[in-house]
Amino acid sequence: MTPEHLRTALRGVPDPDWLDTALRQVADEPATITRFFPAAGRRCGRAALPDAPGWTADEAARALLLATLPGDHARYADTLYRQGDAAEKRAVLKALPLLPIGPDAVPLLHDAIRTNDTRLLAAALGPYARHLDAAAWRQAVLKCVFTGVPLAVVADLDARADGELAAMLTGLADERHAAGRTMPADATDLLDRLTAGSGRPTAAREA
Amino acid sequence: MRIFDPHIHMTSRTTDDYERMAAAGVRALVEPAFWLGQPRTSPASFTDYFDSLVGWEPFRAGQFGIRHHATIALNPKEANDPRCRPVLDLLPRYLDKDGVVAVGEIGYDSMTPEEDEAFAAQLALAVAHDLPALVHTPHRDKARGVERSLAVVRESGIDPGRVVLDHLNEVTVKLARDTGCWLGFSIYPDTKMSPPRMVEILREHGTERMLVNSAADWGRSDPLLTRATGEAMLMAGFSDDDVDRVLWRNPVEFYGQSGRLDLAEPDLADADGPAGTFAGNSILRGGS
Repeated sequence: MTPEHLRTALRGVPDPDWLDTALRQVADEPATITRFFPAAGRRCGRAALPDAPGWTADEAARALLLATLPGDHARYADTLYRQGDAAEKRAVLKALPLLPIGPDAVPLLHDAIRTNDTRLLAAALGPYARHLDAAAWRQAVLKCVFTGVPLAVVADLDARADGELAAMLTGLADERHAAGRTMPADATDLLDRLTAGSGRPTAAREA
Repeated sequence: MRIFDPHIHMTSRTTDDYERMAAAGVRALVEPAFWLGQPRTSPASFTDYFDSLVGWEPFRAGQFGIRHHATIALNPKEANDPRCRPVLDLLPRYLDKDGVVAVGEIGYDSMTPEEDEAFAAQLALAVAHDLPALVHTPHRDKARGVERSLAVVRESGIDPGRVVLDHLNEVTVKLARDTGCWLGFSIYPDTKMSPPRMVEILREHGTERMLVNSAADWGRSDPLLTRATGEAMLMAGFSDDDVDRVLWRNPVEFYGQSGRLDLAEPDLADADGPAGTFAGNSILRGGS
């Protein structure tokens, strides 16, 4: 996803002039973003964007506002996240991979993963999560399984999933089964992929 | 019976309450910022509270299909504490939030000069942010408190149709009925108002500009007394339409003046998966 792609996908929002004006002003006077950012949902709507799968109009508008800043992206992302409501926080998290900030915003991912708001947890595990260290990333993936967030939200899942994550998932599966409860199907599938050929047929263990 | 509770402090309630409220017909609510029993000592304590009113609580409510909105303000009691006064400077950023549909609770507790100042300043904020105002009327010296509140509202220049005077009763309703303000009534197990008394007030004063709430909080209170009041209205001969007006259309009309009321069905699945795939998270499941 690129800012240009989001811009195109946002044609046809209820108030396109508002967005044009906001983007121009943020480019000229970056501090004005703190007023435009919370208003974006009311002005651009909150519907899913057909031309930008996985994005809603408010998220896309907010990501564009951040990407339009002439500089200081990490500082603004931090402020807007910390002062944002849940939808604003989510938009900042989704915007991170589009911003020239390197790993500076990793503390925001840690904050989002600490919450029990599954919308924030899901948004923290997009492409920017490549900056999370392995231990934090595994815990976040396990938390997805634990709280019912589909693993489809996790970027690079198969590339990063490792033996340690398999051990953690196996432990959760054991507890669930001991309690007469089931694991989500996507977690069982992942565990099967991770243990395939390792001589540990999880499907048999779970039966 | 669809119910919009226009005043309830869910922060102090359990998740079981959300479940019971949803089962009783509550589809939407407004949670006003207020005091928490334990006095706060710094503005940071308020920002964490306000953040939960625009973050965690709407999420928690959404698990049960309930739309959560908030009103934000420095409450009258804590306006008297100089350590909390800087909260006034933090309010504008919250008044820009989508889920914030009014300035409140403002008004009087002990009618001090500090309360005068905070009340007037926050009515001015309501005007500046084009938001309605929720005015708490004091529990002690109430009649004079209502009169003084009405005077401050008049001086502020805010349209009285954008103001609700809350916690009224048989005595104070007479002072407020003809001012153009909306009239709020809190139904409590023992104090404030009861369902039968509320029915009598509706008989005498009609259903126009009337708001009925549970004001349930950390005290002895009951989030289902909105429903009980609707049932008492029906028993007393009011129609389904009357009940719908008082318990749904009136609060929608009042808070709708903010332009921010969002009564669409909660859609927590949003962009990341098919509808409903992870709406049923660990809150509903009671943790794993």
